[in-house]
Amino acid sequence: MDSGDTAWILVSTALVLLMTLPALAFFYAGLVQAKNVLSVLVQCVAVACLASVLWLICGYSLAFSGTGPWLGDFSALFLNNLTRGAIHPGTHIPETLFVMFQMTFAIITPALIIGAYVERIRYAAVLLISGLWLLFIYVPVTHWIWGGGWLARLGTMDYAGGLVVHLTAGISALVIAWRLGRREGFPRINPPHAPWMVMVGASMLWVGWFGFNAGSALSAGGDAAMAMLVTHLSAATATLVWMGIEWTSFGKPSLVGAVTGTIAGLATITPASGYVGPIGGVILGACGSVVCYYAVHFVKRGLKTDDALDVLGVHGVGGTLGTLLLPFLVSLGAGGTTLARPVWDQFIVQIEATLAVGLWSAIGTLVIVFVTAKLVGLRVSRDDEIQGLDYASHGETGYHINV
Amino acid sequence: MKFIIAIIQPHRLDQVREALLAIGINGLTVTEVRGYGRQKGQKEIYRGAEYSISFVPKLKIEIATADNRATEVIDAIQAAARSGKVGDGKIFVLDLEQAIRVRTGEANEDAL
Repeated sequence: MDSGDTAWILVSTALVLLMTLPALAFFYAGLVQAKNVLSVLVQCVAVACLASVLWLICGYSLAFSGTGPWLGDFSALFLNNLTRGAIHPGTHIPETLFVMFQMTFAIITPALIIGAYVERIRYAAVLLISGLWLLFIYVPVTHWIWGGGWLARLGTMDYAGGLVVHLTAGISALVIAWRLGRREGFPRINPPHAPWMVMVGASMLWVGWFGFNAGSALSAGGDAAMAMLVTHLSAATATLVWMGIEWTSFGKPSLVGAVTGTIAGLATITPASGYVGPIGGVILGACGSVVCYYAVHFVKRGLKTDDALDVLGVHGVGGTLGTLLLPFLVSLGAGGTTLARPVWDQFIVQIEATLAVGLWSAIGTLVIVFVTAKLVGLRVSRDDEIQGLDYASHGETGYHINV
Repeated sequence: MKFIIAIIQPHRLDQVREALLAIGINGLTVTEVRGYGRQKGQKEIYRGAEYSISFVPKLKIEIATADNRATEVIDAIQAAARSGKVGDGKIFVLDLEQAIRVRTGEANEDAL
Protein backbone atom coordinates (compact mmCIF):
# COMPACT_ATOMS: atom_id res chain seq x y z
CA MET A 1 0.00 0.00 0.00
CA ASP A 2 1.18 3.51 -0.81
CA SER A 3 0.15 6.12 1.71
CA GLY A 4 0.49 8.97 -0.81
CA ASP A 5 -1.81 7.25 -3.30
CA THR A 6 -4.22 6.33 -0.54
CA ALA A 7 -4.32 9.86 0.85
CA TRP A 8 -5.13 11.37 -2.56
CA ILE A 9 -7.87 8.86 -3.34
CA LEU A 10 -9.39 9.39 0.11
CA VAL A 11 -9.58 13.09 -0.71
CA SER A 12 -10.84 12.39 -4.24
CA THR A 13 -13.60 10.19 -2.88
CA ALA A 14 -14.79 12.99 -0.62
CA LEU A 15 -14.62 15.42 -3.56
CA VAL A 16 -16.75 13.16 -5.77
CA LEU A 17 -19.39 12.77 -3.06
CA LEU A 18 -19.37 16.56 -2.76
CA MET A 19 -20.23 16.70 -6.46
CA THR A 20 -23.63 15.22 -5.66
CA LEU A 21 -24.16 16.53 -2.14
CA PRO A 22 -24.56 19.42 -2.43
CA ALA A 23 -22.99 20.56 -5.73
CA LEU A 24 -25.28 18.85 -8.24
CA ALA A 25 -28.22 19.37 -5.88
CA PHE A 26 -27.56 23.15 -5.89
CA PHE A 27 -26.90 23.22 -9.62
CA TYR A 28 -30.25 21.58 -10.34
CA ALA A 29 -32.26 23.21 -7.55
CA GLY A 30 -31.34 26.70 -8.74
CA LEU A 31 -32.59 25.89 -12.23
CA VAL A 32 -36.11 24.88 -11.20
CA GLN A 33 -39.05 27.02 -10.08
CA ALA A 34 -39.14 28.14 -6.45
CA LYS A 35 -42.02 25.78 -5.71
CA ASN A 36 -39.89 22.72 -6.56
CA VAL A 37 -36.54 23.61 -4.99
CA LEU A 38 -36.80 21.23 -2.05
CA SER A 39 -38.05 18.33 -4.14
CA VAL A 40 -34.89 18.44 -6.25
CA LEU A 41 -32.66 18.62 -3.18
CA VAL A 42 -34.34 15.68 -1.48
CA GLN A 43 -34.21 13.66 -4.70
CA CYS A 44 -30.42 14.13 -4.77
CA VAL A 45 -30.10 13.12 -1.12
CA ALA A 46 -32.30 10.06 -1.53
CA VAL A 47 -30.62 8.83 -4.71
CA ALA A 48 -27.21 9.19 -3.04
CA CYS A 49 -28.28 7.08 -0.06
CA LEU A 50 -30.10 4.49 -2.13
CA ALA A 51 -27.17 4.02 -4.51
CA SER A 52 -24.80 3.61 -1.55
CA VAL A 53 -26.78 0.77 -0.01
CA LEU A 54 -27.32 -0.96 -3.37
CA TRP A 55 -23.61 -0.68 -4.02
CA LEU A 56 -22.93 -2.57 -0.80
CA ILE A 57 -25.61 -5.23 -1.43
CA CYS A 58 -24.66 -6.29 -4.95
CA GLY A 59 -23.69 -3.30 -7.11
CA TYR A 60 -19.99 -3.43 -6.41
CA SER A 61 -19.85 -7.20 -6.74
CA LEU A 62 -21.62 -7.25 -10.09
CA ALA A 63 -19.52 -4.39 -11.44
CA PHE A 64 -16.05 -5.28 -10.25
CA SER A 65 -15.86 -8.99 -9.25
CA GLY A 66 -15.35 -11.91 -11.60
CA THR A 67 -14.08 -12.07 -15.14
CA GLY A 68 -17.27 -12.42 -17.20
CA PRO A 69 -17.56 -10.29 -20.34
CA TRP A 70 -21.08 -9.04 -19.53
CA LEU A 71 -21.41 -8.89 -15.78
CA GLY A 72 -19.39 -9.54 -12.62
CA ASP A 73 -20.28 -12.26 -10.17
CA PHE A 74 -21.79 -12.52 -6.71
CA SER A 75 -18.53 -13.24 -4.88
CA ALA A 76 -18.44 -9.83 -3.20
CA LEU A 77 -22.11 -9.71 -2.23
CA PHE A 78 -22.54 -7.46 0.83
CA LEU A 79 -18.77 -6.95 0.51
CA ASN A 80 -18.52 -10.24 2.40
CA ASN A 81 -14.87 -10.91 1.50
CA LEU A 82 -13.59 -7.41 2.22
CA THR A 83 -10.68 -7.22 4.65
CA ARG A 84 -8.91 -4.17 6.07
CA GLY A 85 -5.56 -5.02 4.58
CA ALA A 86 -6.65 -6.00 1.06
CA ILE A 87 -5.05 -4.02 -1.77
CA HIS A 88 -7.02 -3.37 -4.93
CA PRO A 89 -5.32 -5.28 -7.77
CA GLY A 90 -3.17 -3.14 -10.03
CA THR A 91 -3.06 -0.25 -7.57
CA HIS A 92 -1.44 0.65 -4.26
CA ILE A 93 -4.65 1.64 -2.49
CA PRO A 94 -6.85 -0.42 -0.15
CA GLU A 95 -9.74 -2.37 -1.65
CA THR A 96 -12.04 -0.58 0.83
CA LEU A 97 -11.05 2.74 -0.68
CA PHE A 98 -11.63 1.54 -4.24
CA VAL A 99 -15.10 0.33 -3.21
CA MET A 100 -15.86 3.71 -1.70
CA PHE A 101 -14.36 5.74 -4.56
CA GLN A 102 -16.43 3.81 -7.09
CA MET A 103 -19.48 4.14 -4.85
CA THR A 104 -19.37 7.92 -5.24
CA PHE A 105 -19.50 7.42 -9.04
CA ALA A 106 -22.47 5.10 -8.62
CA ILE A 107 -24.10 7.90 -6.60
CA ILE A 108 -23.64 10.77 -9.00
CA THR A 109 -24.63 8.93 -12.17
CA PRO A 110 -28.29 8.22 -11.30
CA ALA A 111 -28.37 11.63 -9.59
CA LEU A 112 -27.46 13.29 -12.90
CA ILE A 113 -30.65 11.88 -14.43
CA ILE A 114 -32.74 13.85 -11.89
CA GLY A 115 -32.34 16.87 -14.18
CA ALA A 116 -34.56 15.24 -16.80
CA TYR A 117 -37.64 14.58 -14.71
CA VAL A 118 -37.78 17.39 -12.15
CA GLU A 119 -40.96 19.35 -11.38
CA ARG A 120 -43.43 16.62 -12.34
CA ILE A 121 -42.29 13.14 -11.27
CA ARG A 122 -43.75 11.07 -8.46
CA TYR A 123 -41.27 10.65 -5.60
CA ALA A 124 -41.77 6.88 -5.46
CA ALA A 125 -40.94 6.72 -9.16
CA VAL A 126 -37.66 8.55 -8.50
CA LEU A 127 -36.61 5.89 -6.00
CA LEU A 128 -37.73 2.92 -8.09
CA ILE A 129 -36.23 4.20 -11.34
CA SER A 130 -32.95 5.13 -9.66
CA GLY A 131 -32.56 1.77 -7.92
CA LEU A 132 -33.41 -0.33 -10.97
CA TRP A 133 -31.35 1.92 -13.20
CA LEU A 134 -28.26 1.55 -11.01
CA LEU A 135 -28.47 -2.23 -11.06
CA PHE A 136 -29.53 -2.81 -14.66
CA ILE A 137 -27.78 0.00 -16.54
CA TYR A 138 -24.94 1.47 -14.52
CA VAL A 139 -23.56 -1.74 -13.03
CA PRO A 140 -23.28 -3.73 -16.29
CA VAL A 141 -21.82 -0.80 -18.25
CA THR A 142 -19.29 -0.20 -15.48
CA HIS A 143 -18.31 -3.85 -15.68
CA TRP A 144 -18.01 -3.72 -19.47
CA ILE A 145 -15.63 -0.74 -19.42
CA TRP A 146 -13.93 -0.58 -16.01
CA GLY A 147 -14.49 -4.07 -14.60
CA GLY A 148 -12.63 -6.01 -17.31
CA GLY A 149 -15.73 -6.72 -19.44
CA TRP A 150 -16.08 -6.94 -23.18
CA LEU A 151 -15.61 -3.26 -23.98
CA ALA A 152 -12.45 -3.16 -21.86
CA ARG A 153 -11.11 -6.14 -23.83
CA LEU A 154 -11.99 -4.34 -27.05
CA GLY A 155 -9.72 -1.52 -25.90
CA THR A 156 -12.31 1.18 -25.10
CA MET A 157 -10.74 4.30 -23.65
CA ASP A 158 -12.93 5.99 -21.04
CA TYR A 159 -10.76 7.43 -18.32
CA ALA A 160 -13.29 8.79 -15.85
CA GLY A 161 -16.71 8.10 -17.29
CA GLY A 162 -17.60 9.81 -20.56
CA LEU A 163 -19.58 6.71 -21.44
CA VAL A 164 -19.98 4.99 -18.05
CA VAL A 165 -21.32 8.13 -16.38
CA HIS A 166 -22.34 10.81 -18.85
CA LEU A 167 -23.65 8.88 -21.83
CA THR A 168 -25.61 6.40 -19.71
CA ALA A 169 -27.17 9.24 -17.73
CA GLY A 170 -27.79 11.43 -20.78
CA ILE A 171 -29.52 8.81 -22.91
CA SER A 172 -31.58 7.51 -20.01
CA ALA A 173 -32.56 11.08 -19.13
CA LEU A 174 -33.96 11.58 -22.61
CA VAL A 175 -35.92 8.31 -22.47
CA ILE A 176 -37.41 9.13 -19.07
CA ALA A 177 -38.26 12.70 -20.10
CA TRP A 178 -39.95 11.38 -23.24
CA ARG A 179 -42.06 8.75 -21.42
CA LEU A 180 -42.90 11.12 -18.58
CA GLY A 181 -44.10 13.88 -20.89
CA ARG A 182 -43.47 17.59 -20.79
CA ARG A 183 -44.04 19.81 -17.84
CA GLU A 184 -47.31 21.73 -17.69
CA GLY A 185 -46.91 24.75 -19.94
CA PHE A 186 -43.69 23.60 -21.66
CA PRO A 187 -41.87 25.34 -23.26
CA ARG A 188 -43.28 28.42 -21.53
CA ILE A 189 -42.09 27.52 -18.05
CA ASN A 190 -40.94 30.03 -15.46
CA PRO A 191 -37.21 30.75 -15.66
CA PRO A 192 -34.65 29.38 -13.14
CA HIS A 193 -35.62 30.63 -9.68
CA ALA A 194 -32.09 31.14 -8.35
CA PRO A 195 -29.30 31.55 -10.93
CA TRP A 196 -26.85 32.33 -8.11
CA MET A 197 -27.47 28.84 -6.72
CA VAL A 198 -26.73 27.37 -10.14
CA MET A 199 -23.35 29.13 -10.07
CA VAL A 200 -22.53 27.87 -6.57
CA GLY A 201 -23.41 24.32 -7.59
CA ALA A 202 -21.46 24.47 -10.85
CA SER A 203 -18.38 25.86 -9.11
CA MET A 204 -18.46 23.11 -6.51
CA LEU A 205 -18.91 20.55 -9.30
CA TRP A 206 -15.85 22.04 -10.97
CA VAL A 207 -13.72 21.50 -7.84
CA GLY A 208 -15.28 18.10 -7.18
CA TRP A 209 -14.43 17.09 -10.74
CA PHE A 210 -10.74 17.22 -9.78
CA GLY A 211 -11.48 14.22 -7.56
CA PHE A 212 -13.51 12.62 -10.32
CA ASN A 213 -10.90 12.89 -13.08
CA ALA A 214 -7.58 13.20 -11.25
CA GLY A 215 -8.78 10.62 -8.72
CA SER A 216 -9.42 8.19 -11.57
CA ALA A 217 -5.63 7.84 -11.84
CA LEU A 218 -6.02 5.78 -8.62
CA SER A 219 -2.60 7.13 -7.67
CA ALA A 220 -1.00 10.40 -6.63
CA GLY A 221 1.49 11.29 -9.32
CA GLY A 222 2.00 12.72 -12.78
CA ASP A 223 -1.13 11.12 -14.22
CA ALA A 224 -3.36 12.61 -11.55
CA ALA A 225 -1.70 16.00 -11.84
CA MET A 226 -2.01 16.12 -15.63
CA ALA A 227 -5.64 14.99 -15.40
CA MET A 228 -6.34 17.86 -13.01
CA LEU A 229 -4.60 20.37 -15.26
CA VAL A 230 -6.43 19.35 -18.44
CA THR A 231 -9.75 19.15 -16.58
CA HIS A 232 -9.38 22.70 -15.35
CA LEU A 233 -8.28 24.05 -18.74
CA SER A 234 -11.19 22.37 -20.49
CA ALA A 235 -13.68 23.83 -18.02
CA ALA A 236 -12.20 27.33 -18.30
CA THR A 237 -12.12 27.26 -22.10
CA ALA A 238 -15.66 25.90 -22.36
CA THR A 239 -16.95 28.64 -20.05
CA LEU A 240 -15.41 31.37 -22.18
CA VAL A 241 -16.68 29.83 -25.41
CA TRP A 242 -20.28 29.46 -24.17
CA MET A 243 -20.16 33.07 -22.97
CA GLY A 244 -18.90 34.14 -26.37
CA ILE A 245 -21.70 32.30 -28.18
CA GLU A 246 -24.36 33.94 -26.00
CA TRP A 247 -22.73 37.34 -26.25
CA THR A 248 -22.75 37.23 -30.06
CA SER A 249 -26.19 35.57 -30.31
CA PHE A 250 -28.15 37.58 -27.74
CA GLY A 251 -26.00 40.61 -27.01
CA LYS A 252 -25.51 39.68 -23.35
CA PRO A 253 -23.40 36.93 -21.74
CA SER A 254 -25.38 35.30 -18.93
CA LEU A 255 -24.28 33.66 -15.69
CA VAL A 256 -26.39 30.55 -16.20
CA GLY A 257 -24.95 30.20 -19.70
CA ALA A 258 -21.37 30.62 -18.52
CA VAL A 259 -21.60 27.93 -15.85
CA THR A 260 -23.49 25.61 -18.19
CA GLY A 261 -20.44 25.94 -20.43
CA THR A 262 -18.28 24.97 -17.46
CA ILE A 263 -20.20 21.74 -16.99
CA ALA A 264 -20.14 20.99 -20.74
CA GLY A 265 -16.36 21.38 -20.71
CA LEU A 266 -15.99 19.15 -17.67
CA ALA A 267 -18.19 16.41 -19.14
CA THR A 268 -16.30 16.55 -22.43
CA ILE A 269 -12.84 16.23 -20.91
CA THR A 270 -13.89 13.40 -18.56
CA PRO A 271 -13.22 10.38 -20.81
CA ALA A 272 -10.00 11.93 -22.11
CA SER A 273 -8.70 13.47 -18.89
CA GLY A 274 -6.04 10.81 -18.26
CA TYR A 275 -4.79 10.70 -21.82
CA VAL A 276 -4.51 14.20 -23.30
CA GLY A 277 -2.15 17.10 -22.63
CA PRO A 278 -3.06 20.75 -21.98
CA ILE A 279 -3.68 21.62 -25.65
CA GLY A 280 -5.97 18.61 -25.95
CA GLY A 281 -7.85 19.86 -22.90
CA VAL A 282 -8.36 23.30 -24.40
CA ILE A 283 -9.57 21.86 -27.71
CA LEU A 284 -11.98 19.47 -25.97
CA GLY A 285 -13.35 22.31 -23.85
CA ALA A 286 -13.95 24.52 -26.89
CA CYS A 287 -15.56 21.74 -28.94
CA GLY A 288 -17.64 20.57 -25.98
CA SER A 289 -19.06 24.02 -25.40
CA VAL A 290 -20.06 24.62 -29.03
CA VAL A 291 -21.55 21.16 -29.59
CA CYS A 292 -23.42 21.07 -26.24
CA TYR A 293 -24.82 24.55 -26.88
CA TYR A 294 -26.48 23.37 -30.07
CA ALA A 295 -27.40 19.99 -28.57
CA VAL A 296 -29.40 21.74 -25.83
CA HIS A 297 -31.32 23.61 -28.51
CA PHE A 298 -31.85 20.48 -30.56
CA VAL A 299 -33.35 18.50 -27.66
CA LYS A 300 -35.69 21.34 -26.66
CA ARG A 301 -36.74 22.60 -30.09
CA GLY A 302 -35.95 19.71 -32.44
CA LEU A 303 -37.04 16.75 -30.34
CA LYS A 304 -39.47 18.86 -28.30
CA THR A 305 -38.61 16.69 -25.33
CA ASP A 306 -38.64 18.24 -21.88
CA ASP A 307 -35.26 17.02 -20.63
CA ALA A 308 -35.81 19.82 -18.15
CA LEU A 309 -32.26 20.64 -17.09
CA ASP A 310 -30.49 19.44 -20.24
CA VAL A 311 -28.95 16.20 -18.98
CA LEU A 312 -28.57 14.81 -22.50
CA GLY A 313 -27.59 18.08 -24.13
CA VAL A 314 -24.86 18.91 -21.63
CA HIS A 315 -23.74 15.65 -19.99
CA GLY A 316 -24.59 12.98 -22.55
CA VAL A 317 -23.38 14.90 -25.58
CA GLY A 318 -20.29 16.25 -23.80
CA GLY A 319 -19.19 12.84 -22.52
CA THR A 320 -19.76 11.23 -25.91
CA LEU A 321 -17.97 13.97 -27.80
CA GLY A 322 -14.91 13.60 -25.56
CA THR A 323 -14.97 9.84 -26.03
CA LEU A 324 -15.06 10.14 -29.80
CA LEU A 325 -12.51 12.96 -30.12
CA LEU A 326 -9.91 11.57 -27.75
CA PRO A 327 -8.14 9.24 -30.22
CA PHE A 328 -7.24 12.28 -32.31
CA LEU A 329 -6.03 14.39 -29.41
CA VAL A 330 -4.04 12.11 -27.08
CA SER A 331 -0.70 12.74 -28.76
CA LEU A 332 -1.29 16.39 -29.61
CA GLY A 333 1.27 18.77 -28.11
CA ALA A 334 3.18 18.14 -24.92
CA GLY A 335 2.00 16.06 -21.99
CA GLY A 336 -0.22 13.59 -23.83
CA THR A 337 0.03 9.81 -24.14
CA THR A 338 0.19 7.35 -27.02
CA LEU A 339 -2.52 5.05 -28.32
CA ALA A 340 -2.18 1.28 -28.23
CA ARG A 341 -3.41 1.04 -31.83
CA PRO A 342 -3.71 3.29 -34.93
CA VAL A 343 -5.88 6.37 -34.50
CA TRP A 344 -8.70 5.25 -36.78
CA ASP A 345 -8.78 1.76 -35.23
CA GLN A 346 -9.17 3.39 -31.82
CA PHE A 347 -11.86 5.68 -33.20
CA ILE A 348 -13.82 2.64 -34.43
CA VAL A 349 -13.52 1.07 -30.98
CA GLN A 350 -14.80 4.29 -29.40
CA ILE A 351 -17.77 4.35 -31.78
CA GLU A 352 -18.62 0.72 -31.06
CA ALA A 353 -18.48 1.34 -27.32
CA THR A 354 -20.64 4.48 -27.66
CA LEU A 355 -23.28 2.66 -29.66
CA ALA A 356 -23.33 -0.33 -27.32
CA VAL A 357 -23.60 1.80 -24.17
CA GLY A 358 -26.14 4.13 -25.75
CA LEU A 359 -28.36 1.29 -26.94
CA TRP A 360 -28.20 -0.56 -23.64
CA SER A 361 -29.07 2.63 -21.76
CA ALA A 362 -31.98 3.47 -24.05
CA ILE A 363 -33.57 0.02 -24.15
CA GLY A 364 -32.95 -0.78 -20.49
CA THR A 365 -34.34 2.55 -19.34
CA LEU A 366 -37.42 2.12 -21.50
CA VAL A 367 -38.15 -1.18 -19.73
CA ILE A 368 -37.45 0.33 -16.30
CA VAL A 369 -39.80 3.24 -17.00
CA PHE A 370 -42.49 0.83 -18.18
CA VAL A 371 -42.19 -1.27 -15.01
CA THR A 372 -42.18 1.85 -12.82
CA ALA A 373 -45.27 3.23 -14.53
CA LYS A 374 -47.11 -0.03 -13.83
CA LEU A 375 -45.98 -0.31 -10.20
CA VAL A 376 -46.14 3.20 -8.78
CA GLY A 377 -47.04 5.57 -11.63
CA LEU A 378 -44.76 8.19 -13.13
CA ARG A 379 -46.36 11.59 -12.76
CA VAL A 380 -47.97 13.58 -10.01
CA SER A 381 -51.44 14.97 -10.69
CA ARG A 382 -51.79 18.18 -12.66
CA ASP A 383 -52.93 20.02 -9.54
CA ASP A 384 -49.91 18.83 -7.58
CA GLU A 385 -47.62 19.83 -10.41
CA ILE A 386 -49.04 23.34 -10.48
CA GLN A 387 -48.92 23.64 -6.70
CA GLY A 388 -45.29 22.50 -6.77
CA LEU A 389 -43.70 19.29 -5.55
CA ASP A 390 -42.24 20.89 -2.42
CA TYR A 391 -45.59 21.05 -0.72
CA ALA A 392 -47.49 18.47 -2.78
CA SER A 393 -44.96 15.65 -2.34
CA HIS A 394 -42.96 16.63 0.73
CA GLY A 395 -45.16 18.92 2.83
CA GLU A 396 -42.54 21.66 2.93
CA THR A 397 -42.02 25.06 1.36
CA GLY A 398 -38.64 26.33 0.23
CA TYR A 399 -39.00 29.99 1.06
CA HIS A 400 -40.93 31.60 3.88
CA ILE A 401 -40.34 35.26 3.13
CA ASN A 402 -41.96 37.98 5.23
CA VAL A 403 -44.34 35.55 6.87
CA MET B 1 -57.08 64.98 1.64
CA LYS B 2 -55.63 63.04 -1.29
CA PHE B 3 -54.15 59.57 -1.40
CA ILE B 4 -51.46 59.36 -4.05
CA ILE B 5 -50.31 56.04 -5.44
CA ALA B 6 -47.29 56.04 -7.70
CA ILE B 7 -45.92 53.04 -9.56
CA ILE B 8 -42.27 53.75 -10.40
CA GLN B 9 -39.09 52.11 -11.67
CA PRO B 10 -37.31 50.51 -8.71
CA HIS B 11 -34.05 52.35 -9.35
CA ARG B 12 -35.81 55.74 -9.08
CA LEU B 13 -36.85 55.31 -5.44
CA ASP B 14 -34.01 57.34 -3.93
CA GLN B 15 -34.59 60.29 -6.27
CA VAL B 16 -38.31 60.29 -5.55
CA ARG B 17 -37.76 60.09 -1.81
CA GLU B 18 -35.30 62.98 -1.91
CA ALA B 19 -37.64 65.08 -4.03
CA LEU B 20 -40.47 64.48 -1.57
CA LEU B 21 -38.27 65.22 1.43
CA ALA B 22 -37.24 68.48 -0.24
CA ILE B 23 -40.86 69.65 -0.34
CA GLY B 24 -41.47 68.54 3.24
CA ILE B 25 -43.34 65.27 2.76
CA ASN B 26 -42.36 63.25 5.77
CA GLY B 27 -44.03 59.92 5.30
CA LEU B 28 -44.47 57.40 2.56
CA THR B 29 -45.00 53.68 2.17
CA VAL B 30 -43.16 51.55 -0.40
CA THR B 31 -44.14 48.11 -1.64
CA GLU B 32 -42.40 45.85 -4.14
CA VAL B 33 -44.94 45.01 -6.81
CA ARG B 34 -45.08 43.39 -10.23
CA GLY B 35 -47.14 44.41 -13.16
CA TYR B 36 -47.24 45.41 -16.77
CA GLY B 37 -48.40 48.35 -18.78
CA ARG B 38 -47.17 49.44 -22.17
CA GLN B 39 -43.81 47.87 -21.34
CA LYS B 40 -45.44 44.41 -21.68
CA GLY B 41 -42.96 42.55 -19.52
CA GLN B 42 -39.38 41.70 -20.40
CA LYS B 43 -37.44 38.92 -22.06
CA GLU B 44 -34.81 36.86 -20.26
CA ILE B 45 -32.62 34.22 -21.86
CA TYR B 46 -31.42 31.09 -20.07
CA ARG B 47 -29.38 28.49 -21.94
CA GLY B 48 -30.48 30.00 -25.20
CA ALA B 49 -34.17 29.68 -24.42
CA GLU B 50 -36.19 32.88 -24.26
CA TYR B 51 -38.51 33.35 -21.31
CA SER B 52 -40.99 36.18 -21.33
CA ILE B 53 -41.47 37.65 -17.92
CA SER B 54 -45.02 39.03 -18.15
CA PHE B 55 -44.88 41.00 -14.92
CA VAL B 56 -41.90 43.23 -14.33
CA PRO B 57 -40.77 44.42 -10.90
CA LYS B 58 -41.84 47.94 -9.89
CA LEU B 59 -42.23 49.86 -6.67
CA LYS B 60 -45.52 51.21 -5.42
CA ILE B 61 -45.32 54.39 -3.35
CA GLU B 62 -48.28 55.53 -1.28
CA ILE B 63 -48.58 59.01 0.19
CA ALA B 64 -51.41 60.72 2.01
CA THR B 65 -51.39 64.48 1.75
CA ALA B 66 -53.50 67.61 2.29
CA ASP B 67 -55.59 68.71 -0.71
CA ASN B 68 -53.60 71.88 -1.29
CA ARG B 69 -50.30 70.02 -1.48
CA ALA B 70 -51.36 67.26 -3.88
CA THR B 71 -50.26 68.99 -7.10
CA GLU B 72 -46.87 69.76 -5.61
CA VAL B 73 -46.39 66.12 -4.59
CA ILE B 74 -47.48 64.80 -7.98
CA ASP B 75 -45.10 67.17 -9.78
CA ALA B 76 -42.22 66.15 -7.52
CA ILE B 77 -42.80 62.45 -8.12
CA GLN B 78 -43.19 62.87 -11.84
CA ALA B 79 -40.03 64.93 -12.16
CA ALA B 80 -37.97 62.53 -10.09
CA ALA B 81 -39.29 59.29 -11.57
CA ARG B 82 -39.22 60.29 -15.23
CA SER B 83 -36.55 58.91 -17.54
CA GLY B 84 -38.60 59.38 -20.70
CA LYS B 85 -38.70 55.68 -21.59
CA VAL B 86 -41.60 53.26 -21.65
CA GLY B 87 -41.95 51.73 -18.19
CA ASP B 88 -41.51 54.86 -16.07
CA GLY B 89 -44.79 54.12 -14.31
CA LYS B 90 -48.02 55.89 -13.38
CA ILE B 91 -49.45 58.12 -10.68
CA PHE B 92 -52.99 57.68 -9.36
CA VAL B 93 -54.77 60.17 -7.11
CA LEU B 94 -57.71 59.23 -4.89
CA ASP B 95 -59.85 61.18 -2.45
CA LEU B 96 -58.98 60.23 1.09
CA GLU B 97 -61.86 60.18 3.60
CA GLN B 98 -60.10 59.87 6.87
CA ALA B 99 -56.68 59.56 8.46
CA ILE B 100 -55.94 58.64 12.06
CA ARG B 101 -52.62 58.58 13.89
CA VAL B 102 -52.62 55.34 15.88
CA ARG B 103 -50.49 56.62 18.76
CA THR B 104 -52.48 59.78 19.62
CA GLY B 105 -55.83 59.38 17.94
CA GLU B 106 -55.30 62.67 16.05
CA ALA B 107 -57.50 62.79 12.97
CA ASN B 108 -57.19 63.83 9.33
CA GLU B 109 -54.60 66.49 8.39
CA ASP B 110 -53.24 66.57 11.93
CA ALA B 111 -52.48 62.89 11.51
CA LEU B 112 -50.46 63.22 8.30
